[in-house]
Amino acid sequence: MAIDPHSRHRVRLLATAPVAAGLALVTACTSGHSATSAPPDDSMSGMSMPSSATAPGPAVGANAVAIQGFAFSPASITVKVGTTVTWTNRDTDAHTVTANPGPFKSKTLGTGDTFSYTFTKAGSFDYLCTIHPFMTAKVVVTA
Amino acid sequence: MTEADEPTGPDGMSRRQLLRHTAWFGAAVVLTVTGGEVISHVTDNPAAGLPAADPNTLRFVQVSDSHLGFKGTANTDVEGSFARAIKQVNALPDRPDFVVHSGDLTHLATDAQFDQVKQMLGGLRTGQVFTVPGEHDSIDDHGQKYRQRFGAGTRGEGWFSFDIKGVHVIGLVNTLSLESLGHLGTEQLDFVRRDVAGLSSDTPIVIFSHIPLFAMYPKWGWGTDDAVRALSYLRRFASVTCLNGHVHQLFSKTEGNVTFHSATTTAYPLPAPGKAAAPAPVTLPAGQLVGALGIRDVTYVRGQHALAVRDRRLA
Repeated sequence: MAIDPHSRHRVRLLATAPVAAGLALVTACTSGHSATSAPPDDSMSGMSMPSSATAPGPAVGANAVAIQGFAFSPASITVKVGTTVTWTNRDTDAHTVTANPGPFKSKTLGTGDTFSYTFTKAGSFDYLCTIHPFMTAKVVVTA
Repeated sequence: MTEADEPTGPDGMSRRQLLRHTAWFGAAVVLTVTGGEVISHVTDNPAAGLPAADPNTLRFVQVSDSHLGFKGTANTDVEGSFARAIKQVNALPDRPDFVVHSGDLTHLATDAQFDQVKQMLGGLRTGQVFTVPGEHDSIDDHGQKYRQRFGAGTRGEGWFSFDIKGVHVIGLVNTLSLESLGHLGTEQLDFVRRDVAGLSSDTPIVIFSHIPLFAMYPKWGWGTDDAVRALSYLRRFASVTCLNGHVHQLFSKTEGNVTFHSATTTAYPLPAPGKAAAPAPVTLPAGQLVGALGIRDVTYVRGQHALAVRDRRLA
């Protein structure tokens, strides 16, 4: 698509005198600051059990996390030691479930894929999607 | 980088926020330094004052966020869109000295996607092609597959610098650490400090990164947590231009001696900051996608401080 530069307004922006005329794309914007991640806990161990599911994932229960709308839901769950948590990707885009830092790391999960991990030690585990790192969540494991 | 204490006008927008929302297609944003102050202005005649075919004139192109392998309604043919972008670069009136792809070459960092994007980049008519990785290029291996294809001649985990026609160009990697924000890390920060130590302060600096080096929207990860340190090494330079991708939309901002330009994508748009629940791909009404995609060309005339940055819609 060719752009005719002559159809544009001529606008000169000076640091001392901003001019809004012609700036159709001016939109409000909110600046914020992201939360910092929790301190590392490298002492945890466990078994990773990635799996692929062709059928729709199970309903979200106490031990299940849905990946939907580019978010982990719920963003924080609390389980007892020994619990297996299962994540199911319900988005059309791919995601990962990756502890940051920590003991579990899924492969790339396509639509409908699941990932499960059994928590063998108490603690708080932050994780994110490495494809979309703004997607952050955590699992709190109690004794 | 915080602007929380900046006075705002009746519309809730500060002067700086107004200034940094002044990016759009078609017109060139020309940056000039006068009396130590960077002045951005938009010209309706980007070629004015720029000598054609001057061997001292630097011309380069930035393309970004091609996401080869993406499947979704936001763009059902990202490969076709990228092919059009390459064709558009090859049709520019002046062959660019180099082309830089500022990351998210692939959508899921598979071997097949890397092979395809490398093969397509080979079709560019230019002196050299440079890349920096996006987080989509390093989702499971800390960028190893990326560096196998694109790491030749780079330092550390893929960063690099070079000089061309009086301009010092730096490519940074801020997508490898598992943080919600971009991160450069101590080794790379040391590289930047040493890299510019011997340069004259009037050397124009151009920096490429995938994730913005300014706090565009940290809630969505659109910022780099240790960029302030990198920029502190560049304070003495008269002209610093930071060109990034990641946000899939045009956006410009000037902070002191540094001007930031976010590029658009060749694949699919993302929402404006805070305008959606998440920065997920946006499916536009039929026929409107091409208007959101594009390429960027940059011109620099040796001996001047001005860089002309021009964004063009996908042809």
